[in-house]
Amino acid sequence: MSKQVKQLDRVVIRFAGDSGDGMQLTGDRFTQESAVFGNDLVTLPNFPAEIRAPQGTIPGVSSFQVHFADHDILTAGDAPDVLVAMNPAALKANLGDLPKGAAIIVDTHDFTKRNLDKAGYDANPLDKIGEVNDPLADYAVHPVDLTGMTVEAVKEFGLSRKDAARAKNMFALGLLSWMYGRPTEGTEAFLAKRFAKVPDIRDANLTAFKTGWNYGETTETFAVQYEIKPATMAPGTYRNISGNLALSYGLIAGGVRSGLPIVLGSYPITPASDILHELSKHKSFGVNTLQAEDEIAGIGMAIGAAFGGALGVTTTSGPGIALKGEFIGLAVMTELPVVVVNVQRGGPSTGLPTKTEQSDLLQAMYGRNGEAPVPVVAPQSPGDCFAAAVEAVRIAVTYRTPVMLLSDGYLANGSEPWSIPDVDDLPVIDPAFATAPNKTVTAKDGTETEEFWPYLRDEKTLARPWAIPGTPGLEHRIGGLEKGDGHGNISYDPANHDLMVRTRQAKIDRIADSLPPLEVDDPSGQAKVLVIGWGSTYGPIGAGCRRVRKAGYHVAQVHLRHLNPFPHDLGDILKRYDKVLVPEMNLGQLSLLLRAKYLVDAIGYNHVRGLPLKAAELAEAIGNLVAEAEGVEVDLTAADSATSTQEV
Amino acid sequence: MTATDLPMPDLRTGVELVPTLDDDAPRQTGKDFSSDQEVRWCPGCGDYAVLKAVQGFLPDLGLRRENIVFVSGIGCSSRFPYYLNTYGMHSIHGRAPSIATGLATAREDLSVWVVTGDGDALSIGGNHLIHALRRNVNMTILLFNNRIYGLTKGQYSPTSEAGKVTKSTPMGSVDHPFNPVSLALGAEATFVARTIDSDRKHLTSVLSAAAAHRGTSLVEIYQNCPIFNDGAFDAIKDNDTKHDALIPLVHGEPVRFGREGAKGLVRDTETGGVRIVEVGTEPGQVPAEALLVHDAHQPDPTTAFAISRLTEMGYLDQTPIGIFRQVARPTYDDQARSQVTSAQDAAPGEPTERLTNLINGGDTWTVV
Repeated sequence: MSKQVKQLDRVVIRFAGDSGDGMQLTGDRFTQESAVFGNDLVTLPNFPAEIRAPQGTIPGVSSFQVHFADHDILTAGDAPDVLVAMNPAALKANLGDLPKGAAIIVDTHDFTKRNLDKAGYDANPLDKIGEVNDPLADYAVHPVDLTGMTVEAVKEFGLSRKDAARAKNMFALGLLSWMYGRPTEGTEAFLAKRFAKVPDIRDANLTAFKTGWNYGETTETFAVQYEIKPATMAPGTYRNISGNLALSYGLIAGGVRSGLPIVLGSYPITPASDILHELSKHKSFGVNTLQAEDEIAGIGMAIGAAFGGALGVTTTSGPGIALKGEFIGLAVMTELPVVVVNVQRGGPSTGLPTKTEQSDLLQAMYGRNGEAPVPVVAPQSPGDCFAAAVEAVRIAVTYRTPVMLLSDGYLANGSEPWSIPDVDDLPVIDPAFATAPNKTVTAKDGTETEEFWPYLRDEKTLARPWAIPGTPGLEHRIGGLEKGDGHGNISYDPANHDLMVRTRQAKIDRIADSLPPLEVDDPSGQAKVLVIGWGSTYGPIGAGCRRVRKAGYHVAQVHLRHLNPFPHDLGDILKRYDKVLVPEMNLGQLSLLLRAKYLVDAIGYNHVRGLPLKAAELAEAIGNLVAEAEGVEVDLTAADSATSTQEV
Repeated sequence: MTATDLPMPDLRTGVELVPTLDDDAPRQTGKDFSSDQEVRWCPGCGDYAVLKAVQGFLPDLGLRRENIVFVSGIGCSSRFPYYLNTYGMHSIHGRAPSIATGLATAREDLSVWVVTGDGDALSIGGNHLIHALRRNVNMTILLFNNRIYGLTKGQYSPTSEAGKVTKSTPMGSVDHPFNPVSLALGAEATFVARTIDSDRKHLTSVLSAAAAHRGTSLVEIYQNCPIFNDGAFDAIKDNDTKHDALIPLVHGEPVRFGREGAKGLVRDTETGGVRIVEVGTEPGQVPAEALLVHDAHQPDPTTAFAISRLTEMGYLDQTPIGIFRQVARPTYDDQARSQVTSAQDAAPGEPTERLTNLINGGDTWTVV
């Protein structure tokens, strides 16, 4: 039977099932297939904090959303076009996110009385399909016994029923792979390798995958196959990469480019632990990973290693930063290079461990006692975590300072195609260790001696010399007590303290001298509204701006990599626009900083739902502001009737 | 989860990988280790004696001064690094062991010392102390125990006796104190010793053994605070009482003390601990041959722990001093470095090229 092939420019699929159903793996494989096929894509994994919440319940639902397209896209999609639901709870938990007309592929096998009860369904919603009171009437529902067909297909391998049923996620993957014309070789090779030691499980998964594909091809349930052509992307070599992986690679690159061994002191915490796991695999790059007894010791180890001439790194999430605060202050005072990675999650307190948020910006800026300025760097997309990490290392080593690298849960686990950089194009980072005395001191009798002054600064950067143990003649003592300017001995002198407080601030401010001008995306040059953001909101903000422009209106966008210090040209840019909108996944932390520093009437757009901002909603907010600024009516539905029918 | 057999690095002395002075270099003196900073402890503070002893002892190691690092936390004793002309860091309260762990792991060529006090090590930094001890990182921890908070002007500490009246406990402290030696043995420290600020000879001999030990050495130093806790150690310092109060531990020797060796230790079969007996042949006395012979190298810490329990946590009228335990165990930092080295040996090549290969790993595709 030949099937109809329909062209689409983009699709958003969400795989949803129980935590133990392998939805993250299924989504990841579909993503890899799409990446190799050449689509642009963005993913959004979403899973519960519990490792195995009670099976079949709403809290136990885990999902993976992938948005792939034949053009450059910026977000994981506001709403799924297709939901794959492996049980009643997955259907119920995700139904509210579906737009009218969305397709639902649902595994009917678990729609038993018991599982319907667990999900909170009084009656089986699948029983009423096509009836007057069909609760799923707004959707194109495809009920399929995925589990039953999987068990049947893998019968020959003699697995227990439970093990056989576990291959159902590969059946679903096979079916979706057929439906969207995905290449299958990668997944087959992956399964062969992953289950190499258990041949019957390997064969069952391979068979389930192929059977799923064949089922799509032969069944009349699915009449249409879709084609999403590869996206036109800039020349280069690409791979799909998650933020935590890119950040780990960026730290290693920082080590290679500075020639410094890395010492990571870290205590496991969601969603940062994967960086510890990844770095511990790369000891061959001179990376030593120490799993500390607590968050405090993690940064203590990093600072100790930095005193010894290594690149000290500590990785954590917001609660860990709260504990590390005093040590970050010590690194500010002793002026030692340490990279502090905060993969932000929902707060306060334990908050939402597996969900994303941007609510630690003010903690990064001010979460210490005393005047303790710390540079803050934020990546804007999963792949960008690489460059942001290299930049954090550059600043830390060049300016002898702790640097806060602010990722978040969405960047950490989300993924996108990443144009792999040429290592030779990365900045060279020079540790410039001190090797000789730097100060000639004249005694009262006129004799001169050469001394080493640990706080005698570089005139340009204000960085102090980094003299490491083992260097003869440069023995010195540092610590948390206030230093005398230059010689670095303890000083309680009032004027000296005032000078040192200002000098430490000035050093951080000087970093701005090394930053490139901001890139303002204002295609028409006529925008009156500027949208400014930082971190992972880059995608939704960009998509929102595109939607507004597609409807025929003007809007400018600028995105900050450096939150402290701000780039020199930021103030001028803000003044050029009548209205400044600041979308953030917090209650307005960047807004507060911009208002304080530039006296600009920054208008917040704030959601703290533990999920990325939705581009379409944000576009509405931008549109309203454009209407106000330009005194025009704004109707964004025009964007829908433009050449592409799809949101960007 | 699986476990793997870790390669066992050669056991070495504590300073074996630290560069030594050239053969023709002039011999160092205590003065070489004195910094130009004015020492600012209270008159009569026991810290002076320890500083003098350390400055006098360091030349014996014959190490290059630039390869010695002292790390401290917060408290009176933690000012120590400022007065030594080596590399040093005066850090934050309780955290010195974590800094020393990172430093010792990053640099095998350093002799790393931690200076801490009873509040710093046992109260705010208790967690770091026990984890440093169990990991057995190559460092020497000098724990100055004056049984009081000095720098904050006289509150009780985790080693103050129960009932102690201080500024924060006007009706007497209801805290049960730690015995630092028992705590260290419980954490399976590989080197545990106790000495006294006023006994320079004993202090120096213990420091020598501690520095020579590869792994974490914990040395508790009884140190008098003349301002807030004067006399806390009178019983073991006073010529009239010290013979009966101090129980010297010498490896391979029977544990015997008191005037003319009138007292000794035997195992107490009833409690599983040890007890003090009178030595002699009279009824109720124990013959010298039956005394417990101190074995610091015994892998099982049970007896060392039993001996540590002799210390009364109130008035110190009986306390063992010397090396309680000194056993060999692979160190954390040696093993961590060994993993890095073996990974590096298995992946030869230029770092830039290997980085290129790393980031180009996984499924890639090329757009022309």
